[in-house]
Amino acid sequence: MSALVEIENLRVAFRNDEGGYNDAVRGVTLSLGREKLGIVGESGSGKSLTGRALLGVLPPYARISVDKMQFDGIDLKSATPKLRRSLRGGRMGMILQDPKFSLNPVMTIGKQIVEAIRIGDRRISGGDARKKALGILEAVHIREPERVFNLYPHELSGGMGQRVMIGMMVVREPDLLIADEPTSALDVTVRTQVLSILDELVTRRGMGLIFISHDLNLVSKFCDRVIVMYAGRIVESIEASRLSEATHPYTRGLLSCLPQIDGSLEPLPVLNRDASWAGAA
Amino acid sequence: MLSIQHLNVEFSGKLAVRDTGFSVQPGESFGLVGESGSGKSTILRTVMGLNANWNGSITVDGVDVRKAPRKQLAKVVQMVFQDPYSSLHPRYVIGQQIAEPMKINGIANPERRTAELLELIGLGARFQFRFPHELSGGQRQRVAIARALALSPKLLLLDEPTSALDVSIQAEILNLLNRLRKELGLTFVIVSHDLAVISYMCERLMVMRNAQPVETLTREQLRSGAIAEDYTKALIAAA
Repeated sequence: MSALVEIENLRVAFRNDEGGYNDAVRGVTLSLGREKLGIVGESGSGKSLTGRALLGVLPPYARISVDKMQFDGIDLKSATPKLRRSLRGGRMGMILQDPKFSLNPVMTIGKQIVEAIRIGDRRISGGDARKKALGILEAVHIREPERVFNLYPHELSGGMGQRVMIGMMVVREPDLLIADEPTSALDVTVRTQVLSILDELVTRRGMGLIFISHDLNLVSKFCDRVIVMYAGRIVESIEASRLSEATHPYTRGLLSCLPQIDGSLEPLPVLNRDASWAGAA
Repeated sequence: MLSIQHLNVEFSGKLAVRDTGFSVQPGESFGLVGESGSGKSTILRTVMGLNANWNGSITVDGVDVRKAPRKQLAKVVQMVFQDPYSSLHPRYVIGQQIAEPMKINGIANPERRTAELLELIGLGARFQFRFPHELSGGQRQRVAIARALALSPKLLLLDEPTSALDVSIQAEILNLLNRLRKELGLTFVIVSHDLAVISYMCERLMVMRNAQPVETLTREQLRSGAIAEDYTKALIAAA
């Protein structure tokens, strides 16, 4: 099986006050098949930037360099902005953390999904697009899709909003979905639903999923493979089922600082950051 | 320390909390668990006087919340909010924000106490001239805790104090809270959707759903699985 995504030596830097550049992502190399890949790390570890660089939505002032970046055989490094724009939404989708900020507040849910469908297929009739939108709402387990179709984003709960977002992204059946903390804003019970929807899409449609999260437990249960990032670099890459055997002290530290329902009541171990984890730039 | 009986809170005709009651002993740490919309944060906000439309009785340290003057209440109970990015004033330096409640209440020497509080929460007095945007999320939450402690309250209401933070920072804040509870003899009420956090922090907890309590458990019951309600079991399974 050829890789869906291949990235070699990705670096992203931002200008600092002194006029130099601060590296935020420092030499990330990864490949993704039709699987669920988790990227974990703390805020500022570069996990979201990696996802955004792949999608091509970093701000223009970011300095990006990469040796190789391919998506399904397409060279993204030399791709024109036009080509990349045509890939986004259609073949690559992204789900963001907070549905409140990623849905249009003055447009009904139904209209937004229909809009997404019509951008992909300009010849589809209004009725068919509507049918398709209702179908996708049902597919993401929205009860009463007819009613929700006419609601505005502020009338939805967080969990429903997130499912609508997922629906809008998958209605075009992308080959790759980048989910950036898709469940952090959700309750545990809703989270399980959202994850099962994503899982279904990966297995049934053969989609590749990059699941960005800071929640190690969640990622180890949900993903096939986990990449742990620290200070812009990959410190460890491991099968999700074997995460408990992780060897890097940073991964071990992240695992041990989580309280457990039946864990010890002694003070939680805190991470003592070792300068060597960051490694040479 | 805190006693709530038959509390009903109404938002535009809809009950957000229905006939709910519990009491918390001095020095105890009590947890409220449930999904969003279950009313757990609403209870804390009502105790603080941030909701108007409620009935039932709430007493804090023997004082009726409805009758007590605002300033007197503020010296007994304080709240720490979920999002440290929006609970601090962006244009005040840290020192000003911590000193403000002391100035309002006419406490002598607020500057010195501010420095002491910053030491207590592990940031150090040199942080008092920084602005919130110069601090990380975990540091901001420490500042919010210092501000809540400024009037030496006996009861702290913590609304999801670590859910906006990285797990490594969460561990630091939870350790800090436990240390403060021991050193200052505080009573906690902690709202969280994370059962592991509640199990680590609280001796007793109440599970809420649809504006009502489902059941009240001790930490031992939670840990040994002596749970009566299916909903609680489902929550544990999903955690």
